[in-house]
Amino acid sequence: MRRLPRAKLGFTAWAVLVFAFLYLPIIVMVIFAFNKPAATSLASYHGSNICNIPPTQIGNITVWNGFAPCWFSAGLHDPTYIPAIVTSLQIAAEASVISTVLGLAAALALARMRPRFRAPFDSLVYLTLVVPEIVIAVASLIFFVQLHNHFAAFPGLGKATILIGQVVFNASLAMLIIRARFVGMGDVLEEAAYDLGSGPLATFRQVTLPRLLPGIVAATLLSFTFSFDDYVLPAFTNGTTNTWPIVLYSAVRFGLTPAVNALATIMLGVTVLAVVVTAAILRRSRAQVGADQERTRGLSITVGGLR
Amino acid sequence: MTVVEPKAAAAPIAAVVTSRKRSFRPRYPGWLTTPSLLYYAIFFLGPMAILIAFSLATQQGFGSLTYGFNTAQYGQVGSSLYVSIFIRTLVMASIGSLLTIAVGYPIAYWMARYLSTYKLLALLIIVVPFWTSFLIRTYALKIILDPNGYLARDLGMNILYTKYAVAVGLVYNYLPLFILPVFASLERMDWTLIEAATDLGARPFTAFREITLRLTLPGVVTGALLVFIPMTGEYIIPNILGGGNYEFAGNIIGDQFNQAQNQPFGSALSISLMVVLSVFVAVYIFFATKEEQFGA
Repeated sequence: MRRLPRAKLGFTAWAVLVFAFLYLPIIVMVIFAFNKPAATSLASYHGSNICNIPPTQIGNITVWNGFAPCWFSAGLHDPTYIPAIVTSLQIAAEASVISTVLGLAAALALARMRPRFRAPFDSLVYLTLVVPEIVIAVASLIFFVQLHNHFAAFPGLGKATILIGQVVFNASLAMLIIRARFVGMGDVLEEAAYDLGSGPLATFRQVTLPRLLPGIVAATLLSFTFSFDDYVLPAFTNGTTNTWPIVLYSAVRFGLTPAVNALATIMLGVTVLAVVVTAAILRRSRAQVGADQERTRGLSITVGGLR
Repeated sequence: MTVVEPKAAAAPIAAVVTSRKRSFRPRYPGWLTTPSLLYYAIFFLGPMAILIAFSLATQQGFGSLTYGFNTAQYGQVGSSLYVSIFIRTLVMASIGSLLTIAVGYPIAYWMARYLSTYKLLALLIIVVPFWTSFLIRTYALKIILDPNGYLARDLGMNILYTKYAVAVGLVYNYLPLFILPVFASLERMDWTLIEAATDLGARPFTAFREITLRLTLPGVVTGALLVFIPMTGEYIIPNILGGGNYEFAGNIIGDQFNQAQNQPFGSALSISLMVVLSVFVAVYIFFATKEEQFGA
């Protein structure tokens, strides 16, 4: 068919417009990381470093007051932000690993299970994804408090309860991602490995696992992101623990300084850098191993292992 | 004789191959589901069960409860104030989902139809905003919509703390979640069908409506559901961009646990939200799948 260049142009224009809409807030975030406090507040402020000005005195920072680069160091030395970020990173790391392990085990068994046995488990998984997070959050709150009251061994509200709550959603997510990859792979190579005398464990380690790896990595990364960025569940099950989103939320509601923008800018920079590096590495490894070779690599490893 | 013999020899081999194929399928043992099953039973079904118990309990003074079968909380949920908040939540989530479809579908279509080399890049461009904190992005939207900002002062778009700001926030935050599944279903499209249709005299829009739209409808249904459900439970956007003037069901539930400390009533609100949502979703799925019979 003759492509209609006008239609293509229209769609491209729309895409550019929407991309601008998607990125405008992020550009604003980065620009406002360099925003000076309002002139009136600076006049009454007597400290030496203008980026030490407290949120209550900073005046209106939602308008551009001028350029001030010191927010980056102010953010990196902030006594509440940095520990909260560390806590969030820690919880996200633990949640993503536990969720991926639970999800992987369930995905392996479920993908080739008879539908009769699979259906109840599947409905449970979808239920964990469909129930609004605020409902899970308040339900987990009362459940954790009751559990702690009746069993002293169960931890009180804090890091542990945030983690326990987040794993429910993330394990379901990990299971679905890994299972999609697993089903898409087919079982031909595994069958071949069995035929060649490889046992179940060796087949899993040498055939299934290497080919599942993209799905596993995707599941881990996604769980990490969701956990790190999660506000609602931790907001109810945190006790006195502060995570980064919790600190951010109270800052957004009750006054923040551009130091918050500076920290968010740094994090965005680190993520984008990590993505670029990963993409470059993947590209190189893909160039070295041909597409056909990649398909049979798992098998040749098994055969090599048997020799 | 020489003609028959190979046939006779081939038959047992064929029988062996087919029976072997049937008897052998690499499987993983069912007990691998036990850890996650136990986990869900304790930490998902447990909280849900206690939520139901709480919604039927009676609050006595500060924080002490007696369990029972007290439906008074549900009666309170039925009062006009809470019903109107539930209706508002569903209406706003529906509007937000429709806007997301209107904004997102052309993008997914553009990527699947017109891009080849830059397809992955476009996908990346859509996903990157997701890596910045949800709260920071919503706060940045607040800066953009600020009454002293450029949009409000010079373009007359003073919409912060109104339903329009909430709608903008919903579309902004859920757009990638809709584009991805729709893009996936558009990627599976066979574009030669469109060629065939236009060759047979269909106008481009007719071809789109009769073929592309129908074939990608399952993706749209999934994508819309994927954004609609979290939108109904939305907590942050109405708080920050609605400024507390435009609360969703999620906010009033949170308030019962944060400020009012009326946990039985908060539990009843939660259960009601879930019931209303499931009825809404069931009706939606019924009508969405009735329209098209093409399957996923």
